[in-house]
Amino acid sequence: MGIPYFPGCTLSTKARNYDRSGRAVAAALGLELVELAEWQCCGATFPLMVDDSMALIAPTRILYQAQSAGGRVATLCAICFNVLRRSQALLKRDPQMLERINWFTEQEYRGEVQVSHLLEILRDDVGWEALAERVVRPLRLRVAPYYGCLLLRPYEEIGLDDPEDPTILHDLVRALGAEAVSFPYNIECCGSYLTIKEPEIPETLSRDIVASAREHGAQVLVTACPLCQFNLDYPQRETEAGRTGNEIPVLYFTQLMAIALGLPEEDWGLEEHYVDARPLFTLTPALSPEGRGSR
Amino acid sequence: MIYRALVIGSGISGMQAALDIANSGFEVILVEKEPSIGGHMAQLSETFPTLDCSQCILTPRTVEVGQHPNIRLLTLSEVVACDYTRSVTPPSPPLTRGGERGGFRVRIVRHPRYVVEGKCTACGDCTKVCPVVVPNEFDRGLAARRAIYIPHPQAVPAIYRLDSATCLGLFPLACGKCAEACQPHAIDYDMGPETIEADVGAIIVATGYELYQADGHCGWGPMGTSGHPERSEESAGYAYMVHPDVMDGLEFERLLSASGPTGGQVIRPSDRRVPKEVVFIQCVGSRNPEHGLPYCSKICCMYTAKHAILFKHRVPDGQVYVFYMDIRAGGKGYEEFVTRAMEEDDTVYIRGRVSKVFPRDGKLMVWGVDTLTGNKVEIAADLVVVAAAMMPAEGSRRMAEMLGISVDEFGFYTSMNTEMSPVEAGVPGVFLAGAGLGPQDIPETVAQASGAAAKVLTLFQSAKAEEMAEVE
Repeated sequence: MGIPYFPGCTLSTKARNYDRSGRAVAAALGLELVELAEWQCCGATFPLMVDDSMALIAPTRILYQAQSAGGRVATLCAICFNVLRRSQALLKRDPQMLERINWFTEQEYRGEVQVSHLLEILRDDVGWEALAERVVRPLRLRVAPYYGCLLLRPYEEIGLDDPEDPTILHDLVRALGAEAVSFPYNIECCGSYLTIKEPEIPETLSRDIVASAREHGAQVLVTACPLCQFNLDYPQRETEAGRTGNEIPVLYFTQLMAIALGLPEEDWGLEEHYVDARPLFTLTPALSPEGRGSR
Repeated sequence: MIYRALVIGSGISGMQAALDIANSGFEVILVEKEPSIGGHMAQLSETFPTLDCSQCILTPRTVEVGQHPNIRLLTLSEVVACDYTRSVTPPSPPLTRGGERGGFRVRIVRHPRYVVEGKCTACGDCTKVCPVVVPNEFDRGLAARRAIYIPHPQAVPAIYRLDSATCLGLFPLACGKCAEACQPHAIDYDMGPETIEADVGAIIVATGYELYQADGHCGWGPMGTSGHPERSEESAGYAYMVHPDVMDGLEFERLLSASGPTGGQVIRPSDRRVPKEVVFIQCVGSRNPEHGLPYCSKICCMYTAKHAILFKHRVPDGQVYVFYMDIRAGGKGYEEFVTRAMEEDDTVYIRGRVSKVFPRDGKLMVWGVDTLTGNKVEIAADLVVVAAAMMPAEGSRRMAEMLGISVDEFGFYTSMNTEMSPVEAGVPGVFLAGAGLGPQDIPETVAQASGAAAKVLTLFQSAKAEEMAEVE
């Protein structure tokens, strides 16, 4: 099944390993992520001003591309997902705005594209049990799902999971043979773009999030957002004082999947993070083909 | 006219109505589904705004109900059918608005107690030998009971009860220890349900309330469990049901109560230590149209202030924080009572909502906002008490359907006219009282119950007067 796919800027640059592992695991599950023929940045923030049609142009152009590609688009980046899903919702309920944007872009977007996150496709189209069947290297790790904000909020427009008590990543990591670690900071904000202007804010927030995950016994943090990944990972980098020994690797869910599904190591992309996750995975050998699904 | 009334529910409102009618010389059948009477008021420690001991002002009533010659008390019983028997007396002009006088034939099922009423001496020998230990409903699960038990020491009727649901087995008999221990031979394992049919001339529905069950929703998934708690649309529970040190108001009442599981000592369930910092969260479930119930639960501002005062009396070096939306203290002496909690007992009132409660280092971290300063608030609490909304007692819709009366969208009974006919159900001869009508406190409920009883008495007396006139 080919699914039109919008990688977005970050996944083409800083988070290439998210893109690569995402495409690889989708392919392994029989879902082909087909990159949109033509795309540009989504704008990276959903316009919050009442009359901000300018900021809707970029997402609408992407939605139009998706419309031409079959009426559906999948994303991996939580930020792109948020922008596209919310723009889609807004254009659907505001025909005047839709008309205005269409007038400007000279494209006929009809407001009906289905924007999905890969997590949703895994849950709704593949199913956790079917995924678990495909696992050849059960993770046997304590993995703390970190959801952040944009994957879940605002619920009325995103509707992916309960914004206060989400489980979709929990279910995923359990399907991969890992133990899901709940911790109280799993929906707290990581500081987002403040990392550019006032990096000490995300560093403070990140410290609390990572400390809480560690306190609850997590060995790995897993996320669906490249900015969350960076904000949680980077402050744990090696400093002049060296390592504290308390670092927790922060991985994309697609990386964990690539490992569990037994994909080749070049699809894992573990070498690109500040906290090295590789030592965790060198000792868990893949099961023989007969051992599949017998976790 | 049948000069006999049926009162359904024996909480404070049902008892008040039953006593008013019985003391006027008419017969009352009082039906209670629980093993003992008194309702939620029996569970309370003290009452606001006087801080009277709840049991002390209630017990004279329960005893009077239990011994009243005009009251037939049926506990562990349920009204299962009600037929409107039109015109038991010849048709006459309506005396209550909206219809002619009539009567009702009701069917009541009396569930087996497995303990014979006349024989049980309430000695407690059976409880001592019972091997089953289950949470005690009366203590809201804070203490345990046996399968054969009496809900609390002041229970009326003072008869033990065998709970067949938790007993090791009656059919076939699996244990039999209690019967062996019972010297008066009061235990009868073969007891079955009994159906009673009765004709009554009026019905008062006083089925009361229960508390909104805040589910396991605590903002960060289940704690220590691998599964996921049942989710509901109405989740706003702050770790209630998940963490033992997060409790609702009725549980805290049991903790404060001298007859409670701790003898009135405030200790927290997780480690039995005395909590020093206690956070109360008001409007849990209530005033929350998006995730809970839109209405105000009305009594919570007052009982939270009461809890703050009583806690401070028990733990003088403790500190109470109350997260509130508004303080609704409309009532005689109520505002002064809240002021007393603030000024004399140093309760810190924080206007704002709590977003999250989670355990850390033996404390419960409470995250909220102070909307008056705009600041985030973090309190490391030892105990969290949620003021959960009052909801109609389970079965109120079924009851309404059976009696042909109406309920609102939440299951509260609706009166014929909120302003002018507050206790009339709209069906002639059926009257309403108590928290089944909507959230209300004890003084209001008692006044309303007397009002409903007065309506029944008006019906009876006028019918009597008419009969007399006919005779003449």
